[in-house]
Amino acid sequence: MSPAEENAVRTSARNGWLLSTPALVVLTFAAAGPLLIVLVYSFLTPGQHGNVIWEFSTGGWVGILWSKDIFTGEWALADAHLSIFWRSLWLSLLTTVFTFVVGFPTAWFIATRAPKERALWLFLITIPFWTNLLIRTYAINEVLRKEGLMNTVLMGLGITDTPIEVLYTPTAIFIGMTYVYLPLMVLPLFAAIDRFDMKLLEAAYDLYASRWRVLRRVILPIVKPGIVAGSILVFVPSLGAYVTPRVLGGGKQMMIGNFIELQFLQGKNWPLGAALSMLLLMIVMVALLVYVRYANKGSSGHG
Amino acid sequence: MAERSFHVARLPGFATTAIIVFLALYLPIITLVVYSFNASTSLAVWGGFSLDWYAKAWANTQVKDATMRSLIIASFAALISTTVATMAALGTTRRRAFKGQTAIYVMINQPLMVPEIVTAVALMILFGLIKQATGIHGLGYLILAHSAFCIPFAYLPIRARLEGMDLTLETAAADLYATPWQTFRRVTLPLLAPGMIAGAMLAFVISLDDVVITEFVKSGGQDTLPTYMLGQLRRQLTPEINAISTMLLAVTVVLLTAFFLLTRKKD
Repeated sequence: MSPAEENAVRTSARNGWLLSTPALVVLTFAAAGPLLIVLVYSFLTPGQHGNVIWEFSTGGWVGILWSKDIFTGEWALADAHLSIFWRSLWLSLLTTVFTFVVGFPTAWFIATRAPKERALWLFLITIPFWTNLLIRTYAINEVLRKEGLMNTVLMGLGITDTPIEVLYTPTAIFIGMTYVYLPLMVLPLFAAIDRFDMKLLEAAYDLYASRWRVLRRVILPIVKPGIVAGSILVFVPSLGAYVTPRVLGGGKQMMIGNFIELQFLQGKNWPLGAALSMLLLMIVMVALLVYVRYANKGSSGHG
Repeated sequence: MAERSFHVARLPGFATTAIIVFLALYLPIITLVVYSFNASTSLAVWGGFSLDWYAKAWANTQVKDATMRSLIIASFAALISTTVATMAALGTTRRRAFKGQTAIYVMINQPLMVPEIVTAVALMILFGLIKQATGIHGLGYLILAHSAFCIPFAYLPIRARLEGMDLTLETAAADLYATPWQTFRRVTLPLLAPGMIAGAMLAFVISLDDVVITEFVKSGGQDTLPTYMLGQLRRQLTPEINAISTMLLAVTVVLLTAFFLLTRKKD
């Protein structure tokens, strides 16, 4: 490279950084940077009425799993916390699996439409994706209520005589999360299926493979990157969900997000809330790293 | 074999499932919209068509204030995030890959990766400290927080537009002795405008919809429309909430339709 070219490259890189600086400043100040403060707060001592006292303590992190009995002073596993983690985990997994089970046929359906029609179906799946999460949760709330659409239909059809009360149960949260996060599963699945070469299906059928075998041995392995992407896009926000469990769980069925809120807005224990936030962030980061590693391996494997 | 290969992509039960999924996606929203026109106070019994709940919502000063606040925050957030995202997109496309470019990408997409509740808590602590130190409790905190998480949404369509743009026009302008600024102002910017408008609209929608971060960052009396609704959901519900939801939905659908028309590939 000649000195002039080298100079041009350097100028170009410098301009790239300069132009990106305003965005980076906003993000550092109001998105990424404050996360460090949460880390610091997780190692402080809780204040009397919320907030913190600036004294080092690992109490926040220990408090995630253990709690001290106020009368005997003995440490014991905090069952209440464990049940919240357990609920968050299995509800998120269930949501991920179920959105895949119904999302895959939907994505397949969209991808196999005629090109003109496809744009419309895609638009229809995108609208809920951009629609206010709170409004969608409220809409589900209305459907599931005792006097709501679901019970009206079920009782009208004579399937049940008494209204089923699902609201404020884990089932309601599961239905709600499936409803609000479904587009996040369908969109990446669609992107993967859209690139799928339908000639492979012909080849498989010509070789007398059954439909089930074709699905399992030909389609699923090829659209796997879409499955991984969709699963992470659904699992991550499900695990950190706040609005849906709050509205549909009615405060009784907490998930990690609500548990974190409880520590801060009700002023109970800020270091514990900070430690829980960091834990949630770490789990999400691990999931994303797994995805990135998988995505890189996938692209080199298929050329 | 031609006949069979025609049905080759058809898998049993898939179309039925898809139709049920689309119905399940839209029925709750449609029900919500329909009941916003209900004359009765009940959310369960249909009492005839009326616009009463819209009038009631509009007469409610809390709703009016929250609407104004939402619109102000979303407008500023869209303006700020689109401006900085446009600069960042110009900085990270159409030039040789440079050192640290991946780091810039990661930073820009960071709000998409971190759970909202974690960012909300982080901002509550930081802004709480600043509020305490300065005694200033303006809307600025909300605008700043919204601007930050809107950046990736504004950035994506702008970057896509830039990558699809023809460089020859800019080269031609430079060959005709246009200064870099003239080239940018007269050639690049007009070509880029649809991407910027699309980015600003997405940012606006995203800001308008935010609940979690707003709920944690707002000071007393700074409810936006979504946080006002969240508060109302704890009380006795009336179709007023449906009316507010329907108005918000209308704004979103109009902006999204415009977005799709703007970014549609011409073929």
